[in-house]
Amino acid sequence: MSSFIGEGQALLVLVLAGFLPNEVWRMLGLWLGGGVDEGSELLVWVRAVATAILAGVIAQILVFPPGALLSLPGPLRYGAVAAGFAVFVATRRSIFAGVVCGELVMFAGKWWLG
Amino acid sequence: MRTLTDRTSGRVMPPQPIAPGSRLSLPALDSPRWQSPARAFAWGLRSIASTVLTLVLFATYLGIGALAHDTGFSLGWVLASTALVWAGPAQIILISTLGSGATAIQAALAVTVSAIRLFPMVVSVLPMIRTPQTRRRDLILPTHFIAVTLWVECFRLLPQVPRERRVAFTNGLGIGLQSVCLTATTIGYGLAANLPQLFGAAILLLTPLAFLLSTARNCRQVSDIAALALGLALFPLVSLLHTGVDILISGVSAGTIAYALHRWRERA
Repeated sequence: MSSFIGEGQALLVLVLAGFLPNEVWRMLGLWLGGGVDEGSELLVWVRAVATAILAGVIAQILVFPPGALLSLPGPLRYGAVAAGFAVFVATRRSIFAGVVCGELVMFAGKWWLG
Repeated sequence: MRTLTDRTSGRVMPPQPIAPGSRLSLPALDSPRWQSPARAFAWGLRSIASTVLTLVLFATYLGIGALAHDTGFSLGWVLASTALVWAGPAQIILISTLGSGATAIQAALAVTVSAIRLFPMVVSVLPMIRTPQTRRRDLILPTHFIAVTLWVECFRLLPQVPRERRVAFTNGLGIGLQSVCLTATTIGYGLAANLPQLFGAAILLLTPLAFLLSTARNCRQVSDIAALALGLALFPLVSLLHTGVDILISGVSAGTIAYALHRWRERA
């Protein structure tokens, strides 16, 4: 079992550096947001902030790409996502068509650039 | 009464808010098929087949399994991270910062900044899940499952689920998605060395593509659309300040401007 999980220390790091700093935001939401009414104006604002933070995460991945994504030039990263979005809109909001198109544009661009 | 609620009777169903692209039709709200929490849980499990986001998650977690293998973590460790952390970006940050030799404190800071978005997501989803009688401890598990995919799918599917069955349904959906991702983590971990390099870039591109399109599909009000567009535009500007909490600053500002637009339109 110890070789499956690794050292106990690795698991401790997972809990302290991964689980707790991530989970604290969910539990804060449960604790503080427990009494918010479904139709309230506050929720409209909270939804807008959640959406905008998510948009920030998307922009961050594209502007400061992690790992292997760095191997794609910037215009190809933006172009692939923009093409995916255009197809999503053109197909009356099909996430599948948009994702497939974005990935195809990335492969085509990579092939074209050599 | 039973024949009235039987779907085979050909009864005309009331219009349901089914989003375009949904392939699975859930039973009518008053159907006996919702009679027990166990059945609602099973409908939740089954609903993972109704969304392409399940495939996106599968591919993302293939990548996370492979990344963990290449960084030298054990299979058990990365499976535990999928079950406990349950947020793709946070897991990628955790594995890559620890792998690059950063301290646990540096990794914890980077993870917690990336996880701030979970707070408004939980606050906006929970009112849909609970009833006035729901005990808070029954909401702990559904809350743990909330991440982008579950957030989006709850807004799409919960209106089709009777309110008193929503906790069980959400648990089924969450456990179903986690099972898929634990499987993908294991397969990715095993395949790691055999995956072509371009595959890594393709998988990392999935996250922004799927986040953008699923959030766009989730937009109901002008404030949502404005928040998405402003959030995308503001982050690159705010990131020039290098505050360390750029996402929080751009998100709260863009969200608040979007909300102001909503108020202004309501008044006009």
